Amino acid sequence: MRFQVLTTPLSERDVRDLRIGDIIHLDGKIVVARDRAHSRLHELAIAGKAPPFELWGSAIYHCGLLVRRVGEQWEILAAGPTTSARMERFQPEIISRFGVRMVIGKGGMGALTSRAMGEFGAVYCAITGGAGALMAKAIKRVEGVKWIELGTPEAIWLLAIEKMGPMVVAIDSHGSSLYDEVHRRAKEFLESRQECSEV
Amino acid sequence: MSNSLEDRVVELIRRAATFLPTDIESALKNAHDKEESEIGRLILQSMLRNVEISKTEGLPLCQDTGSITFYVKSEGPLNIIEKVLTGATARATDEIPLRPNMVDVFTGENSGNNLGRYSPFIVWEPASAFGQIELTVLLKGAGSDNMTSTAMLNPTDGIEGVERFVLNRIVEAGGKPCPPTIIGVGIGGSSDAALFLSKKALLREVGSKNTNAEAATLEKRLLLAINSTGIGPMGLGGRWTSLWVNVEHAHRHTASFPVAASMACWALRRASMFIDESEISEIGQETKG
Repeated sequence: MRFQVLTTPLSERDVRDLRIGDIIHLDGKIVVARDRAHSRLHELAIAGKAPPFELWGSAIYHCGLLVRRVGEQWEILAAGPTTSARMERFQPEIISRFGVRMVIGKGGMGALTSRAMGEFGAVYCAITGGAGALMAKAIKRVEGVKWIELGTPEAIWLLAIEKMGPMVVAIDSHGSSLYDEVHRRAKEFLESRQECSEV
Repeated sequence: MSNSLEDRVVELIRRAATFLPTDIESALKNAHDKEESEIGRLILQSMLRNVEISKTEGLPLCQDTGSITFYVKSEGPLNIIEKVLTGATARATDEIPLRPNMVDVFTGENSGNNLGRYSPFIVWEPASAFGQIELTVLLKGAGSDNMTSTAMLNPTDGIEGVERFVLNRIVEAGGKPCPPTIIGVGIGGSSDAALFLSKKALLREVGSKNTNAEAATLEKRLLLAINSTGIGPMGLGGRWTSLWVNVEHAHRHTASFPVAASMACWALRRASMFIDESEISEIGQETKG
């Protein structure tokens, strides 16, 4: 396993160097967005308008935060990933028009996102699902929040992070997907099992 | 309404949200020790570190504190118990806190306190012992609940059809339900009974067996097959796709063969407590007074 620490903003070279199976810890900033924030970002991308936070070289994290308001501050209590597949229809334009270099989530994404990542130069990293408390430890500050009217889980957040991880590069910018490999092997197992029971 | 029973229910929800049940933690440790994939081991290690942080700091295990279901075994009075559970849910959302997850099905508006139409969802069952109420809370994350699946098989498909159905669904779900999962399978009954049983199966301890020998064999066969798919922790490859399989069954209509599979993420959050019926009647007296 190759371990690496990367810092945002990420360059094309940073992500082109990565291969599936690499283990990353991330420093810098992440933009937290899930279903409804992706729907809005997508609308802005199509309309040629600017996103609420700078996304060039950014890492977008699929997550619906659990937060607590303490006076004027936000405290982040749990911050594990949400299922990325739900963002599939929005992700390609958001990557290519806003210059996103890394998407972080769980469960993987489809062929459209994988193609956009290959063309533009971006990667998908998987973070341990359910590890909400562990990931909250890596978040140092809330630097901004917009679209709070969508509710705290659906709003878009800019967070300062330190050594966030471990995350696994699961879709790289060269057309490889760890999920596709695992899925293909699992299908082969099912087929071989069926043949056995037919004999 | 605030009373000592409501306090205890808030604590029950806190326990479910922040402590992984010991049966599941042991199963995770065992999986970690035996996992052959390096990435799989790394993932299982971060799950176990997360469990420790939650335990020592009282933080929710996962940011998705789930939709809330109470399973109540009681003879009543149901209206008073329902009030306690609703009050405790709203307070737990604020105090632990839980993420406000529940939104109106038409407008999408978030109620802000996890209350709403049929939320918390309460499943009533007859009490198992006289004078005692058994209360279990299940906090079910959406990532795994979205992978729930049910089918009406052809009766001649039989148990083999059940195996095929469950395995296909697990391979299609891949990493989405946050493996290693705990799988609940409901077979027989009407369609709703099968689905209900598959969910209820998640309440049975990891490591336990169905008392029916054929059902127990099915559990064992399924677990072995699931853990031969190679899906592994978080779907990134490895041996441990599921920690355990529980099967619950019901008599079926001769022309139907319903099957349902419910999946729980590794962070299966459940907790149980007993309530004396006298506590409920005291609250009833106060409410009248």
